[in-house]
Amino acid sequence: MVKHFINLEWKSFFRSAAFQTNLVLKIFMALGALYFIGIFTLAGVGAYFGLEKAGLEPLETVNRFMIYYVVLDLVIKYMLQKMPVVNIKPLLLLPFKKAKIVDFALGKTMLSFFNIVHAFFFIPFSVVLIGQGYDPVHVITWHLGMLAMIYINNFINVFLNDAMPLVIGLASVIIGLGALQYYGIFDVTPYTGAYFQGLFEQLWLFTIPVLLAIGLYKVAHAYFLKRLYLDAGLAAKAKEATTENLDWLDRFGKTALFLKNDIKLIKRNKRSKTTVIMSVVFLFYGLLFFTGGIESYDNPFMKIFAGIFVTGGFLFSFGQFVPSWDSSYYPLMMTQNISYEEYLKSKWMLVVIASGISTILGLAYLYFGWEAYAAVFVGGIYNMGVNGHVVLWGGAYIKTPIDLTSNKKAFGDSSSFNVKTLLITMPKLLLPIILYAIGHYTLGPVFGYSLVALAGVAGFAFRDFMFKKIIGIYKAEKYKTIAAYKQKN
Amino acid sequence: MIHIHDLSKTYNGVTVLKIDELHIPKGESFGLVGNNGAGKTTLFSALLDLIQPTTGYIQNGEAKVNESEAWKSHTASFIDESFLIGYLTAEEYFYFIGELRGQNKADVDKLLAGFEDFFNDEILGKRKYLRDLSKGNMKKVGIVATLIGNPEVVILDEPFANLDPTTQIRLKGIIKKLAAETGVTVLVSSHDLMHVTEVCERIVVLEKGSVVNDIKTSEATLKELEAYFSKEHLGVE
Repeated sequence: MVKHFINLEWKSFFRSAAFQTNLVLKIFMALGALYFIGIFTLAGVGAYFGLEKAGLEPLETVNRFMIYYVVLDLVIKYMLQKMPVVNIKPLLLLPFKKAKIVDFALGKTMLSFFNIVHAFFFIPFSVVLIGQGYDPVHVITWHLGMLAMIYINNFINVFLNDAMPLVIGLASVIIGLGALQYYGIFDVTPYTGAYFQGLFEQLWLFTIPVLLAIGLYKVAHAYFLKRLYLDAGLAAKAKEATTENLDWLDRFGKTALFLKNDIKLIKRNKRSKTTVIMSVVFLFYGLLFFTGGIESYDNPFMKIFAGIFVTGGFLFSFGQFVPSWDSSYYPLMMTQNISYEEYLKSKWMLVVIASGISTILGLAYLYFGWEAYAAVFVGGIYNMGVNGHVVLWGGAYIKTPIDLTSNKKAFGDSSSFNVKTLLITMPKLLLPIILYAIGHYTLGPVFGYSLVALAGVAGFAFRDFMFKKIIGIYKAEKYKTIAAYKQKN
Repeated sequence: MIHIHDLSKTYNGVTVLKIDELHIPKGESFGLVGNNGAGKTTLFSALLDLIQPTTGYIQNGEAKVNESEAWKSHTASFIDESFLIGYLTAEEYFYFIGELRGQNKADVDKLLAGFEDFFNDEILGKRKYLRDLSKGNMKKVGIVATLIGNPEVVILDEPFANLDPTTQIRLKGIIKKLAAETGVTVLVSSHDLMHVTEVCERIVVLEKGSVVNDIKTSEATLKELEAYFSKEHLGVE
């Protein structure tokens, strides 16, 4: 019976749409995976020697901060890892014992990338520990304890599926604790660190998390076994619809029709809501540059780069996927009497308004001096004036259908990556940096900033030209786009 | 109203549709039948310019569908769920389509009022997004949406599938009335021979992409079609 399950999994993996792409993409995906594995391995080995060099006792320090690692892991799992409910339905009618189906589903979550990736940190770290003369038995029990912690997270996540408030609560508690620690008000790590350190020092202590993980597995198993019905655990949750009055948008004329729709699209779908959250996260990206925290980022050119990103979060995460947001009903749009221009203008306005709001929120960067905000400000103008069109232009070539109701693939979509979109990305990021460099080396930074801002203002003049070009692409690629959107994953 | 000339569609060397000449006059109720893979949906998709014909053209009204977009203003269609916007409520969807077709909320409300029976109190005022409706109710929404804005051509792919018996009967009434009273050209495909013979004046049978029969509906049509499809079935065995 297990053979059947493995066979199914094998096929679903290798026949998935992501794998049916071309060889170049496969290589990129493999490189991406290797990159993450490499990062974690380096972190595992590097953590020991790095901490030792800094004059800290490595294991103790790792244990102190382990609480953040564990909670972050849970939050990431909640955001990205889903209980594989969909694959269960067809199995219900086949002669499998229900308990086996649940074992299969839970077993599948255990083998997920989000669990395995930790091995690439903990195994090298443990090996280094043993190599440096730590007692092997203690290291192994510590290692087992950490493994159990990861799996405890895994099973908690199975229950959490739709407990957004709980996760936000947990995340804010951790952020709060982190802040308290940073400002030296209250430090939670000695207490939690003692536990993780205990896993190393007390040989028997690791049995507690291990037993807890096993217990949670049993509970999760019972929970799902009882709810293995279409109208219980396997039911898709239907939210009660809210209607809203967006008539105030009517002042935008014909565009308002699409604008209203786009706002509903963003508000009512999981995937697009994630996009909005992402763009808020982008706002903080500039901190890496302006605080001087990272040495190689601490130069004027990278600051322009930061300005583009700080104000362009929504632009990049939403604009890039126009018209894919409408992929699930693209045939409708293509058979209705729709003016492409109104349609595009609505998306463009959303992008511009979002960039504008980000530019205003970016005022906080004044804290780091006027030059920091100048970079954000001209970045914002450039985004509104130039990138607003360019991003829509690039999107016209992306033919990946978007499943609005699922968060899967919200972070990086391999098939949306192709040479054309890559080429179109260049002017979005490189051009403003080049413009700034020209100004910086001739008349100084202020001239550099002005050049970027001027390019942004000039960009508005090209709107109609760009729209015409994009509409041309839409028309030329119409049949291909419809066919591509039909292919659901 | 609709004129098909030398139309064919080939995928990787396999011809899935080949129609030399077909003319559908204004106000006709036109039925399309055929087994799975006969090319019904392909034909409708080509009519709506959703796929590109390999040869030939389709003319809807004055212009060819792949050259001008003029047909869009007088043609309404419901092929499948990709014609619905899942995150809207039924009302919002109707108003959206209405606005695209130059109808204000009052116009749409007036039209919807006539379909109270058809909706059976399961569509309007139910705080539900379209994506959460049952397949049958989605279909009802899609079908009624095609009637917004007085279209001259209505194209419905398998409108009877997934509907309950009461709704099927009501839908037949709606289609008959459309063609007879308002002069709308209605194109319907179906697997249910009884329903098509009842609502369509003319029935075209597709087999492997070609027109194999073109019948003016009469008393004998149902028998004729049944005989045709059972023979074909025997022939396969």
